[in-house]
Amino acid sequence: MRVQLTVNGERKETEVWEGESLLFALRERLGLPGSKNACEQGECGSCSVLLDGTMVCACLVLAAQADGHHVVTVEGLAQDGQLHRVQEAFAETGAVQCGFCTPGLVVATADLLEAKPDPSEDEIREALSGNLCRCTGYAKIFDAVRLAAGR
Amino acid sequence: MSAPVREKLELGRVGESVKRVDAISKVTGEFAYASDLIAAGMLWGHTVRSPHSHARIVEIDISQALTMAGVHAVLTHADVPGAKTYGLEFADQPVLGIDRVRYFGEPVALVAAEHPEQARRAAEKVVVTYEPLEPVVDPERATEQDPIHGQNPTAGHGFREDPRPNVLRSIVVRHGDPDAIGDVSVSGVYEIGIQDQAFLGPESGLAVPDGEGGVDVYVATQWLHVDRDQVAPCLGLEKERVRIHLAGVGGAFGGREDLSMQIHGAMLALHTDRPVKMVYTREESFVGHVHRHPAKIWMEHRASREGKLVCVRARILLDGGAYASSSAAVTSNAAAFACGPYKVENALIESTCVYSNNPPCGAMRGFGAVQGCFAHEAQMDRLAAELAIDPVELRLLNALETGDTMPMGQKIRGSLPVAEVIKRAAALPVPGPEELPRDPIRLPGGAGNTTRGEGVQRGVGFAVGFKNVCYSEGFDDACSARVRLRPGAGEELNAEVQCAAAEVGQGVTNVILQVARTELDTEDVALAPGSTDGVGSAGSASASRLTWMAAGAVRLACRDALAEFQDTGREVDLERTYHHSRTFPLDPESGQVTGEGVHVAYICAAMRVVAEVDVELGLTRVVWIGAAQDVGKAINPQAVFGQIEGGAAQGLGLALMEEIQTRDGLITNASFTDYLIPTTLDMPPIDSELIEEPDPDAPYGAKGVGEPPTVVSTAAVVSALRAASGRELARVPVRSDDLAGL
Repeated sequence: MRVQLTVNGERKETEVWEGESLLFALRERLGLPGSKNACEQGECGSCSVLLDGTMVCACLVLAAQADGHHVVTVEGLAQDGQLHRVQEAFAETGAVQCGFCTPGLVVATADLLEAKPDPSEDEIREALSGNLCRCTGYAKIFDAVRLAAGR
Repeated sequence: MSAPVREKLELGRVGESVKRVDAISKVTGEFAYASDLIAAGMLWGHTVRSPHSHARIVEIDISQALTMAGVHAVLTHADVPGAKTYGLEFADQPVLGIDRVRYFGEPVALVAAEHPEQARRAAEKVVVTYEPLEPVVDPERATEQDPIHGQNPTAGHGFREDPRPNVLRSIVVRHGDPDAIGDVSVSGVYEIGIQDQAFLGPESGLAVPDGEGGVDVYVATQWLHVDRDQVAPCLGLEKERVRIHLAGVGGAFGGREDLSMQIHGAMLALHTDRPVKMVYTREESFVGHVHRHPAKIWMEHRASREGKLVCVRARILLDGGAYASSSAAVTSNAAAFACGPYKVENALIESTCVYSNNPPCGAMRGFGAVQGCFAHEAQMDRLAAELAIDPVELRLLNALETGDTMPMGQKIRGSLPVAEVIKRAAALPVPGPEELPRDPIRLPGGAGNTTRGEGVQRGVGFAVGFKNVCYSEGFDDACSARVRLRPGAGEELNAEVQCAAAEVGQGVTNVILQVARTELDTEDVALAPGSTDGVGSAGSASASRLTWMAAGAVRLACRDALAEFQDTGREVDLERTYHHSRTFPLDPESGQVTGEGVHVAYICAAMRVVAEVDVELGLTRVVWIGAAQDVGKAINPQAVFGQIEGGAAQGLGLALMEEIQTRDGLITNASFTDYLIPTTLDMPPIDSELIEEPDPDAPYGAKGVGEPPTVVSTAAVVSALRAASGRELARVPVRSDDLAGL
């Protein structure tokens, strides 16, 4: 079937098989592999994207369900060649190691700061608890969130 | 709070905190991981895996699968062009099951199709007829059951002869007088469950036929050249016709030392003459790679009344699963570090690894030292209690130091500041008790809102541990680097460095660039892609060795290139290979080293942990971790702190939640729903301190960093839980029942 959706502000159209997830369509059909495929069952948060402004796991949304909707992926966060402040903060603080969780965490942090510009320590921990990271132990990710919030 | 980082420079030299060279491409989503690769005309590969842990293969019928829509190939063992088996150290593992499967998930057939769903559906139509066999699943009984290999793959390789069935390797170390007795003795039996590396980037790769019978494989791996050396014989090709290239790696932690899709993808690509991509699902990743060895350890410590260790007696039983992988070296490490970083003049250590039909085990961060550390640190706490000596004082009293002799007979050279890491960790200020009432997120049970704090008790724990850097027992794990040097813009030199060191997330790319900038005194340094093409082996991203080895190779190549350039004034292109000091094998009978050293060097760490336990519900909250780690010299301090924090998290995971669960050898929790790893709600703040006592043998004195935090933190977390709960807690991961005394 054919689906039409707006991704990072651009109208896109692609053929998909009915069982394909939004994650698969983004990665394999629309040339946007930034959203990651770590578990594909909604447990790790590495495919977090915004669907009409609400954060979702792209692996749990069918591509067909996104037909006619707006999607923002990690590739859409930087504007006019300027990194999003969350992206800058992650790079600066050492919050990135292997980086496989990073796109999802960057999207989740941007979403958190949009809703709560000055989150408490507990609010940060709770908001990011759906995003698994295996490399960092999260310490530098918390540093990054605080740095981005302060900017 | 993590420790503050030092001054940051975009283009740094050795010793400066430098932003990762790949940081920007990783935060924007542009960094290409192995699973992101695509090629024109690409097919998708899928692996048919055994649903049995032990069975005879009666028949494989691919006829129906071949007729499915979009299918281009269905391959079995009969299609393996060359050697039918492969392996890291012993070629005992079938590329595809031949007449028998020995573990749950063992590959039996391959499918290539145009869409991944077509490949999955066709895989379901491959009909394999099995005759189930009784699985060997109890390691304590394995040596009395029928052997799962007709001929023991590790026999005749210089190990101690052990005629019992299913013995992968057995080491007995006799040191001093193993029957020496002390004034007091404490004993315990400890168990460690199966831990998974759980790297986030699933096994993935793209195999591309070169049109001339050869193949290029772009893959997430830890050691390109040893992949090639295993892949080429199975394809029946000369090594030069198989080129392995490093694709973006989403974490490794030992789980990518063994091959995953490399041979399979290459077979499908060569058979179909099309590029073939393979991406494991999470479930497949859990069954498709080796794990940390589960262990049972019997340990007795004999000491004087003053607390000096007199004799340690340990028996270690490791379950290696069906194939050898790197188990022989893990067995040796388990023996080498069983006594901990303490002066022990008399010891009897037996370390045995058995074959079984449980999940296959091999390398994971800490590599044989983690299991022993959990046991010896529990023993040290027990001994401290028995003698009424402060646990930190007891450790200091026995701390190993340069010049001491290890149980395998190696005299320690170079730096090993055990007492210093103990003192520094013990001096880290512990956060004060928190008042009640509190937000539930700051209580055991957390967001589950299970308590208002009535049954919550607090405890402080301590642990110290160590392990080796680089490979051991006579293996020369050299590292090569190539440097091209020419005049650049203005006064500066332009350099390109090539090294096949696998960047798996640990930051070796920065180490290489920082060393090159330092040696060549130029900012204009580029790094060529990692490949088996154009440069020699770098050795593995394992054993905390790549900082030492890659820094050594790049420094050597840069210095020689610079000298030649200054001499001739012409462009230079040269390659150099760096070797660490020689190590020697163990005598198979005595377990004593046959030369100067069995290991190259050692790194140690100590941790202090505060934890709370809800003693009624058996729930936990780790409040704080303080770490002090011996690193020799921090090449990139920001990355070093990151390794300590991440390593501590993996150890905390083993202490509290991480275990591959099995029933008759079948994995029952192969998902992130059922195999839990620490989240933001589980990880406490970590304060870390670096002890920089340069090792005279190591480049810049830098020894390595990756493993010690994982070795120590499991033991340290459980020590805190014991202090909080008063329970024995002899098994990890600790279960709620154990904490609540049920």
